[in-house]
Amino acid sequence: MTDTRKPVESLLTDYDIFEPSFIANPYPGYSEIRESECPIAHTDRYQGSWLPTRYEDVVALAQEYEVFTSRGILVMPPPPGQAEGAYGGVAAPPITSDPPDHHWHRRLILPVFAPQAVAKYEQGTKDLCNALIDEFIDKGTADAAADYAQHIPVRVISTMLGVPFDMEEEFTDWVRGVLENMHDLERRKRSRQSIIEFFLAQVEDRKKNPRDNDLITELLNTEVEGKKVPIEYVLGVCNLMLVAGIDTTWSAIGSVMWHMAQHPEHRKQLRENDDLWPTAIEELLRVYAPVTMARIVDRDIEFQGCPMKAGDRVLMAFPAANRDPRQFENPDEVILDREHNRHVAFGSGIHRCAGSNLARLEVRIALQTWLERIPEFELVDPASVTWAGGQVHGPRSCMVKF
Amino acid sequence: MGSCHGHQMCAIAAPEVFGSDELGNATVLIAGDIPAELEGKARRAEANCPERAIIISE
Repeated sequence: MTDTRKPVESLLTDYDIFEPSFIANPYPGYSEIRESECPIAHTDRYQGSWLPTRYEDVVALAQEYEVFTSRGILVMPPPPGQAEGAYGGVAAPPITSDPPDHHWHRRLILPVFAPQAVAKYEQGTKDLCNALIDEFIDKGTADAAADYAQHIPVRVISTMLGVPFDMEEEFTDWVRGVLENMHDLERRKRSRQSIIEFFLAQVEDRKKNPRDNDLITELLNTEVEGKKVPIEYVLGVCNLMLVAGIDTTWSAIGSVMWHMAQHPEHRKQLRENDDLWPTAIEELLRVYAPVTMARIVDRDIEFQGCPMKAGDRVLMAFPAANRDPRQFENPDEVILDREHNRHVAFGSGIHRCAGSNLARLEVRIALQTWLERIPEFELVDPASVTWAGGQVHGPRSCMVKF
Repeated sequence: MGSCHGHQMCAIAAPEVFGSDELGNATVLIAGDIPAELEGKARRAEANCPERAIIISE
């Protein structure tokens, strides 16, 4: 496909988060904006947005939830007409919720994702990583993104939702439709519709055939202030788990594999020192934070000298914040035993990623299991690695040999 | 500034000092003074909280 987009004139006034070189490697661009006289860039592309790049500004945005609302959290506005029709109002609570509803929207799902709750997925995740590796270990080559990373979160989330594994391909396609390919408005609309229809059928099934230890059944039976929660909430949580739980973690695992393929010294450090893992995982999450969120400005406001209008979209580029030299020494360097690391890969404030403990577990198990089975590996060709970006950054194809 | 929003980075840095409640928010596992051998870890937990919600007093 020919790229017909208009060339970027200046990152400060015309950035394009879907421009191919920015998708592949956004960090030099973030750095250029961050160190300029204007560390909050603006673009008119995709109906306009602001892009703060300093840690302090990104965290301030996340904390000021009354000004920077979650009415729109994607980096591009929704297709026209998305909110119309039956279930048009299905969102992705609590990520799309603002207080006061945000409180119960979040309260209900947090126990599912607490560290002690996600620990029960550890063995299953390890088994599935091993099964994926069995498929290619004898070949001496594999796509660490498409043959490995891509399959892990989708199966973990399917297990949590109690839906069949054979939906993996559809789930992946739908999630790519609403995130990675969100600029294709028709596909985005279709993908969202498929997600809602699928979970609507699941909800109907659980109503007829309630299951034990089943998240969807439990959500349907949950009461808030004496009333069953609305079906839109249940559908929204399912939507969230799919859309926020798959592409994000798959991208993080993929980036970690890409990094490790190029850093034998880091593989060696991890092999030789078990105690290094906790800080190492946080450091990898800092450097390869996959997610950029958005906020909608509630009212006209001046933020760090920028005249923001009610309804403006502001991007919360956590990957940019995590590489701010004002907050992190040698921010572009991976230091596996980094001691001071207040990274915001999972955001900050009331919308801290609800699935962060699960994501951490998946990234750790994916890397540990791979290194146990395939201690030495390298990229086949660094130039052939392909990337997704915009809302979620990570490799889509990453061939390695061993 | 700040209050706990359940990042769990304290429990990662100092699992002997910080734990998790049912919602995933931090709990303090040690009553009173932090034993000398855990002080380093506790300081690291303080330095890793993205909400700056931990303050260890002398």
